[in-house]
Amino acid sequence: MANLEQEMRTELVFHPMDQFIVKPLFGDGPVHWYTPTNVTLWMAVAIAAIFFMLVIGTRGRAVVPSRAQSIAELAYGFIHKMVEDVAGKDALKFFPYIFTLFLFIVFSNFLGLLPRSFTTTSHVAVTATLAMLVFVTVTVVGFVKNGAGFLSLFWVSSAPLALRPVLAIIEIISYFVRPVSHSIRLAGNMMAGHAVMKVFAAFAPLILLSGVGIAVTPLSIIAIAAMYGLEVLVAFIQAYVFTILTCVYLRDALHPAH
Amino acid sequence: MASETQNTAHAVADAAHGAAQAAHKGGMPQLDFTSYPNQIFWLLVALVVIYWLLSRIALPRIEAVLADRQGTIAGDIAAAEDFKRKAEEAEAAYEKALADARAQAQKIAGETRAEIQKDLDAAIAKADAEIAARSAESEKRIAEIRDGALAAVDQVAKDTAGEIVAALGGKADASAVGAAVDARLKG
Repeated sequence: MANLEQEMRTELVFHPMDQFIVKPLFGDGPVHWYTPTNVTLWMAVAIAAIFFMLVIGTRGRAVVPSRAQSIAELAYGFIHKMVEDVAGKDALKFFPYIFTLFLFIVFSNFLGLLPRSFTTTSHVAVTATLAMLVFVTVTVVGFVKNGAGFLSLFWVSSAPLALRPVLAIIEIISYFVRPVSHSIRLAGNMMAGHAVMKVFAAFAPLILLSGVGIAVTPLSIIAIAAMYGLEVLVAFIQAYVFTILTCVYLRDALHPAH
Repeated sequence: MASETQNTAHAVADAAHGAAQAAHKGGMPQLDFTSYPNQIFWLLVALVVIYWLLSRIALPRIEAVLADRQGTIAGDIAAAEDFKRKAEEAEAAYEKALADARAQAQKIAGETRAEIQKDLDAAIAKADAEIAARSAESEKRIAEIRDGALAAVDQVAKDTAGEIVAALGGKADASAVGAAVDARLKG
């Protein structure tokens, strides 16, 4: 008993951020750009999940859909309607691109909720790349579609003339801050929730060490359950927010006039 | 008790120490820039694969299914409307046939009635003619009988007058008696 207690004591340690470490899948060498890592594994799992939902699920091509096919159609309809409503009908040619982003984020977020999994979207490297892809695409589309007219996005013609230069500076700053907020929001949400859960989890075995655990252990377990529920919500909401913001930016690029 | 308190203090201290150590040792793996190329590379690979899956397989398939369903629903509604229209047409045809049949029946009834009336009229006319003929004949016979009777009365009167004259002792001149009777009868 004393032995076990000793063992537990040595294990009651806090590593809330260890779950985010990028490790090679095979061996323990350095992480090169091409090294298969846990990032590779969990992205592959996300791809497999998307493949099962959208390709295997729809293989019946039934006029009256099966359950799996309904889910695929529901996801399709959800994003298709969002792109059409938020960004406009002419943005629908970007629909596969936006649907790709949404599916990747939503599946990565939910896969990250599996115990012992790795959350690829909790990394700024990933979300910043996603955000920069959106930012570059939107900026290029804006200039290709509208030429110099795209700059009218920064010239608030509804404001008094004297205010317009000031507003233009603010608009330009906010435009360039977009990818930052776009990426930090997603990574921050995913990371914070998972880290908090890990902290609560570290308190859970306290009952094996001392009397205080009688109060702390149930509390921490309840807190983990509650956090998990919240994280399920956050996983979807953050994917939704990322996607709808992409649509909003795209609308700005296609119709820059305020 | 004392040992328990000590234990608790120890555990909490341990926990705090662990947390501090973790924060100190690792920092945020998110800010470990050496892992960035790896993550970005695999992210781009994943996005390309997902995009390929969607644009080549999943989206055309789902679009086809949705269009198919739309077409099926529209087709079914059109078919239903067609059937409704056919039913209405059939009802109209039925109503028309019924009205025709009723008109036909009335016409036949009218014709039959007219025919019967005609036969009846003919029969009545024939009967009337026969009756007229019979009554004419009867009248003629009555007239004959009356004439006969009158002649007989004349004869009887003459005979009787002659007999009476003879009975009275006279000599009856037949022609004189006849003339006298005739004169008397006319009178």
